[in-house]
Amino acid sequence: MPSAPKSRTGDYRPWPDDKPIVSLNDVHKSYGMVEVLKGISLDVKKGEVICIIGPSGSGKSTLIRCINGLTPIQKGSITVEGQEVNDPKLDKLSLRRKVGIVFQQFNLFPHKTALQNVMMAPVLILREPKAEVEQRARALISKVRLTGKEDVYPGHLSGGQQQRVAIARSLAMRPDVMLFDEVTAALDPETVKEVLLTIKELAADGMTCILVTHEMGFAREVADHIYFTDLGVIVEHGAPAQFFTNAKDPRTRQFLSQVL
Amino acid sequence: MFELIAPFFRHLYERTGLNFIVFYDPHEFGRFVAGISISLQLIFWSLLLSLVIGVVGAWTQRSQSAIWRGCVHAYIQAFRNTPPMIQLLFFYFALGAFTPSVDMGGYTQPIISSFVWAVISFGIFGGAFNVEIFRAGLDAVPESTLEAAESLCFSRWQTYTNVTLPLAFRISLPALTNNLVSLAKTTSLAYVIAVPEMTYVLNQVWSDNINVPEMMLLLFLYYVLVVTLLATALHALERRLVLPGYGQ
Repeated sequence: MPSAPKSRTGDYRPWPDDKPIVSLNDVHKSYGMVEVLKGISLDVKKGEVICIIGPSGSGKSTLIRCINGLTPIQKGSITVEGQEVNDPKLDKLSLRRKVGIVFQQFNLFPHKTALQNVMMAPVLILREPKAEVEQRARALISKVRLTGKEDVYPGHLSGGQQQRVAIARSLAMRPDVMLFDEVTAALDPETVKEVLLTIKELAADGMTCILVTHEMGFAREVADHIYFTDLGVIVEHGAPAQFFTNAKDPRTRQFLSQVL
Repeated sequence: MFELIAPFFRHLYERTGLNFIVFYDPHEFGRFVAGISISLQLIFWSLLLSLVIGVVGAWTQRSQSAIWRGCVHAYIQAFRNTPPMIQLLFFYFALGAFTPSVDMGGYTQPIISSFVWAVISFGIFGGAFNVEIFRAGLDAVPESTLEAAESLCFSRWQTYTNVTLPLAFRISLPALTNNLVSLAKTTSLAYVIAVPEMTYVLNQVWSDNINVPEMMLLLFLYYVLVVTLLATALHALERRLVLPGYGQ
């Protein structure tokens, strides 16, 4: 796990291993009249990797965006390290310090180089010394196998490279949980692999990861637990081996037969 | 400088009759230089004021209050849809009539000079366009990029200053260049309220010396030069700020 940072938001206390680090309880979310999440409950333990799969429009991305408060929910509760995400008095800074998110479309800052993208938040938000952040940023860039690309602008990087810069940028804030929202969906097949490898290494380092993905092979290999969602509910969940070979619900079986 | 070119132009006049009097007569040369100076100052301050109005207006347009948004909208409609010369005359003669004058000992002088009225008028005219140009830039910054900043703990203000503005400015720049160049040319209208800028000065020179074609040519070349320099500077800025890998 990352060492304790000098945080602006109070002392850093490692979250105990036995309690769920992320916990969703009966989460409901509607966009206008359309209810996209209809009572989702799930727990994620520290160091666990969970994958959320399901057909398009089943609320997977909404679910993941709720966890760091990008999308407010109407009912239910989401806690991250015991902190209620939906609490209006919540200090969003202290929540988002703990939760990193990587998007489908990378969303790098196009006017900053790869290194500047990674350094920006720690320098600007956490007000950490620049030299220290730069050292850490260079280490992260090498960790995602982009050494030599530090001074390149996002527009001159391939999709896969941009996505790995985005991962490094999130990691620079030293989060405890990483959210991945279909991070390979916009990539060429040959660059998908390098991004998945980066995530796999991250998972092996003990990072708690929540992934929305369509990469079934990857989910099977890396996940500790798989959740299948359809029409805003969790239809079925289980360990990958059992989930992929022995799904019980007909909807799960139909979905798997289409994608496998 | 003057001593250097004067013999040539005097000679030119004597031999060919082409009367570029501002280049060999010391008195007319003085007028000419003063005209350049006033003209450049007028361009500088008008452009600056229009930029300030543009930024403030674009920001106000995103205000929560419908009243503020309505005010900006009304302002844009009023000043985009009327000719700049009418605006100038309106400011100088309609509003100028109500601004106080000070006694200069024997004669009175209005507090707001015709030069200042011209700056105000052109600033407001150009600003109306700049508001829309900056708004388009702000609207073009992808929501998802701002979301990334938000998820990295940026506050709204930090996102605005570090992500939204730098991107919006780059997006706005080509349209902004067009408008600023256009505004720089519009400043020649100030001669209708007797601001002694280039057009006004040369008008006086050709009235005194009956050398209309020569002075017209000079006026023409002056604006070509000034506008070329301005456009070159703005294009250089555009190239400097270009987002690598985007739109090329």
